[in-house]
Amino acid sequence: MSARPYVEPVVPIGPEPSDEPSVIRADHLEVGYRDRVIWSDASFEVRRGEFVAVIGPNGAGKTTLFRMMLGLQRPLRGTLSVLGRSPRRGNPLIGYVPQRHSIDIDTHIDCESFVRLGVSGTRWGPGLARRAEHEAAAAALESVGATDLAHACVGTLSGGELQRIFLAEAMIGHPEMLLLDEPLSNLDLRRSRDLVALVSRLVRSRNVTTLLVAHDINPLIQCLDKVIYIANGRMATGSPDTVLTSETLSALYGVPVEVLRDSRNNLVIVGGEESGGGEHG
Amino acid sequence: MSYRFDWNLVTDFRVMWQFEFMRNAFEAGTVIAIVAGIIGYFVVLRRSAFATHALGHVGFSGAAGAVFLGLNPVIGLLAFTMSGATGMALLGRRAATRDIEIGTVLAFMLGLGLLFLSLYKGFATEAYGILFGEIEGISNAAVVLTLEASVVVIAIVLVVYRRLLFASLDEDVAEAKGLPMAGLGLLFMLLLAVAISIAVQVIGVLLIFALMVTPAGIAVRLTKSPFGAIVVAVLVAVFSVWLGLFVAFFEGDLPYPPSFFIVSSSFFLYVGVRVAQAAYGRFLQRGRGDVHPSPSATHGSA
Repeated sequence: MSARPYVEPVVPIGPEPSDEPSVIRADHLEVGYRDRVIWSDASFEVRRGEFVAVIGPNGAGKTTLFRMMLGLQRPLRGTLSVLGRSPRRGNPLIGYVPQRHSIDIDTHIDCESFVRLGVSGTRWGPGLARRAEHEAAAAALESVGATDLAHACVGTLSGGELQRIFLAEAMIGHPEMLLLDEPLSNLDLRRSRDLVALVSRLVRSRNVTTLLVAHDINPLIQCLDKVIYIANGRMATGSPDTVLTSETLSALYGVPVEVLRDSRNNLVIVGGEESGGGEHG
Repeated sequence: MSYRFDWNLVTDFRVMWQFEFMRNAFEAGTVIAIVAGIIGYFVVLRRSAFATHALGHVGFSGAAGAVFLGLNPVIGLLAFTMSGATGMALLGRRAATRDIEIGTVLAFMLGLGLLFLSLYKGFATEAYGILFGEIEGISNAAVVLTLEASVVVIAIVLVVYRRLLFASLDEDVAEAKGLPMAGLGLLFMLLLAVAISIAVQVIGVLLIFALMVTPAGIAVRLTKSPFGAIVVAVLVAVFSVWLGLFVAFFEGDLPYPPSFFIVSSSFFLYVGVRVAQAAYGRFLQRGRGDVHPSPSATHGSA
């Protein structure tokens, strides 16, 4: 267990005029399947190095947004550009952690081999004993503080350890962008905060643009640059300060929600969690 | 005609290998064990044991049909297992959702095989060979065919090794990384079909698990590295075949079938590994003064 409590310095909240180039640009996007529109008329922009939370109730279409950025699904209408071009499958500049709470306990593979697949898994040939790949895997494990898990079996890891291994697998190719789908959903609050601190450190130190899907904003609030809200077939984006208001959240969850501030200027959401965080979906 | 077992193994092998049928059995058996160990690792990784079982049954009706038509059973095996594999791959990639479809098709296939065999007059020995294997009846031509098929299978696995591993272990990420999941799934099922078709000669459709699943099942308990697991699976499969042939040859006057001894060797190796690991896990717990038995302890020792 190398997860030690790490308190991330509070990032100043507020509209921060950024001159970083935009890496994701959505223009009047409409998403869904032939017979069902999931959400529509979404326009937003994410700049390089931003840490963005994608929030919304279950079934709102958060994962669908990721699938579109990965080129696995096409928008019904509108345009989307990711890292300067339209999304394509297999973009090596994107590190992806799909929604996954556990791994089969009978998966007898050590973490190093698992993480290594993030870079070697798309290559041809048997490729045994490639020194550069081992070094890349070691570096990726170190970047998530999981060096001591290198020889552990992925099937035996705890939820928090597993998410760090998935993160290492996504980081191994030195991506410019991370898409993390519900990495916090079966972690307790303390482990959630540890993982968010880790992701936040990676975002800041490597300037990796990161989108993280969650249905509980609490562990994230302090580190975010931007929030993308998806609810009721619509999307609202902006800084946490402007979007995390009682009015916006009430509209989002469809129930009365109050947003309070504590003495350290942290945001506390009251009322939204019963509807949003009640199940591990 | 029984031969006396000698503790000098060199003498024993010299005795066995003076017979052409035993040389053929060892050659084909070894090559098939190597292929079964390699493909078996991916079977275990992809949780495709049921598909393997079903393809064996599909192969049975193909072989029976070929016998009925007066063709080489291997032709029928290959034709049926490969079309069955294609069908299963097209059904979808998540094995869990395919149990009912596969089960339905396999029952029908077994019935079809029965029909072919009852239409064919002298069916008993042929059916027995297909169901339980006839390693001591492998012809020279069959050895050559087995070798050729095995070289092709192993070469293809070497080329796609890392991609297949990635696609088997981490489907969603592999898909996002651009791997052709449907194509890899189909390719794997076809490799499995060929491996099963050649393995049937040694072990038969009903006992195919002993070579395709058990060795890999042992291997993943002994090593955490994919390549290491494949090596161990191959060694276990080869050892099982050799031990089975060895015991069947020297065991005495009664005609015990080698398939029984092959299945027994891999089975008892598996049981041995499980028991040893459970004991080791308990030993570790006692060392830690851990009074509560935890289910993860045995896994941790793997």
